[in-house]
Amino acid sequence: MQAINFLYNKRWLPLLGPLLLLAFWQLMISAQWVKPVLLPPPGETLQYLAQTFATGAILPDLWSTLLRTLSAFAIAIAIGLPLGVMLGSAENAYRSVEFLIDFFRSTPSSALIPLFMLIFGITDINKIAIASFGAMLIVLFNSAYGVMNAKKTRVMAAQIMGVSRWHVFKDVMLMESLPQTFIGLRSAVSMALVIVIVAEMFIGSETGLGHRIIDAQQVFNVKDMYTSILVTGALGYGLNVVFLLIEKKLIHWGGKA
Amino acid sequence: MSGDQLPVSAIPTEVKLTTPESTVLTLRAAPNTHVTVRGLCKSFSGQVLYKDFNLDLPRSQIVSIFGPNGCGKSTLMNMIAGLVPLDAGEILFDGKSLKDTRIGYVFQNYRDALFPWISAWDNIAYPLRRQGMKAAEVKQRVDELVALFEIRFDLKRYPYELSGGQMQTVCIMRALAPRPEVMFLDEPFSALDFEMTLFIRAKLQEAHLATGVSMVIVSHDLEDAVFLADQILLLTRRPTRIAELVPFAMPRPRTPEAVSDPEFVRVKAHTLEVFRREMQA
Repeated sequence: MQAINFLYNKRWLPLLGPLLLLAFWQLMISAQWVKPVLLPPPGETLQYLAQTFATGAILPDLWSTLLRTLSAFAIAIAIGLPLGVMLGSAENAYRSVEFLIDFFRSTPSSALIPLFMLIFGITDINKIAIASFGAMLIVLFNSAYGVMNAKKTRVMAAQIMGVSRWHVFKDVMLMESLPQTFIGLRSAVSMALVIVIVAEMFIGSETGLGHRIIDAQQVFNVKDMYTSILVTGALGYGLNVVFLLIEKKLIHWGGKA
Repeated sequence: MSGDQLPVSAIPTEVKLTTPESTVLTLRAAPNTHVTVRGLCKSFSGQVLYKDFNLDLPRSQIVSIFGPNGCGKSTLMNMIAGLVPLDAGEILFDGKSLKDTRIGYVFQNYRDALFPWISAWDNIAYPLRRQGMKAAEVKQRVDELVALFEIRFDLKRYPYELSGGQMQTVCIMRALAPRPEVMFLDEPFSALDFEMTLFIRAKLQEAHLATGVSMVIVSHDLEDAVFLADQILLLTRRPTRIAELVPFAMPRPRTPEAVSDPEFVRVKAHTLEVFRREMQA
């Protein structure tokens, strides 16, 4: 009875999906649908996961992936945000480069990895450069559209008060663009992580979760591979949650006005 | 008006009225005029909306603009307020240009007009702060407005936490805060329920009595237009001309019961008659 009540409590509903997945995972092994060499049981994998954290074996990789992602993201903001806001406030300027932005936004950044290798060589800088390029376009595009779609009435309301052009821009257009900008930041940090992981896999790397995943696969250490995949997923999820929380706190008017 | 001193022979008003070159010099403003509109021309994609349009708006009075759909009521007001550019013509506020004049504007869509990232209080204070007013003075001015409007709700809340009527009240307070010379209201009641319309109508009237600000209101509701007005400006179909300027001198403050006063009924009926005539013209 208590168990049923527990399940009916809406607070625990989000746990249902992961538990079902684990159950299905176990079922696949128990029913011998897949060989245990390809898919270790969930219990063992989770135990291995706990162990890698307890011994700290995974921490250097987790740390270097996080550091690369955040560096790439910081560069993306530093370039993309001011550029996007500038282009957004001069719509003709945006229209003249719109094709370029849309073209490179639609090009999978991983396709540019060889090009970036020619420029930056097989270095850490290369991984950060390619990730920041991909993330930067997303930041730029979203903040430009945020500024361009500023509510005309609000801009007019400020203009009619006799407020200077700079203050209309800073107090109204910039604030108006924030909700859209934050959507861009959230997608950009996810994109940065994706590219960093891919780059760690294929651009000679000594550290990082991407490197760890492909290394484990090469030596057929499936437990380590699944563990690294789970940790990478958790990292991406965690970054998204952090940004959602910041967004909720900072952009309190989002979706309400 | 200094124009009164000009020799009459120098002002061939009859001739100039029909030429597209009317200016304040060739066509004098009526006494006690605040805003003069002369030789105003405006076309939209080849369609002439206004051609050599002249208008005098009286000082410290409320003028309601009323007319058939598409005659450009809002466009006229927005051109005077500087939101829509003119093709030709001249608009002066006491002989000054708009640039040197402080105006207030209340939009139909209050939700889009307020800044949702700051509290209602900060919205009202915003134009004052941007003028460089000191914090203590800002507070004093906002407090004055709070007293004038007898605000009972919490102004520390964000605009999206307020009701529609409360938001529009905040908009009106924000527009009045810098003590504008002229205040423009674009269909301020059209998104409000009847109760809120009565409340805001009364508050606007009080604010007008207290400040003497000249007001221009565009309304699509004849009763609202007549209720607040000292003059009802009736426009024709496009190309738009003045059909009639109906004076309405009922003493203030006017109570909601004023709408059944014989004088109110007479003016409203007359206005409706002119409106009907213009609609069919």
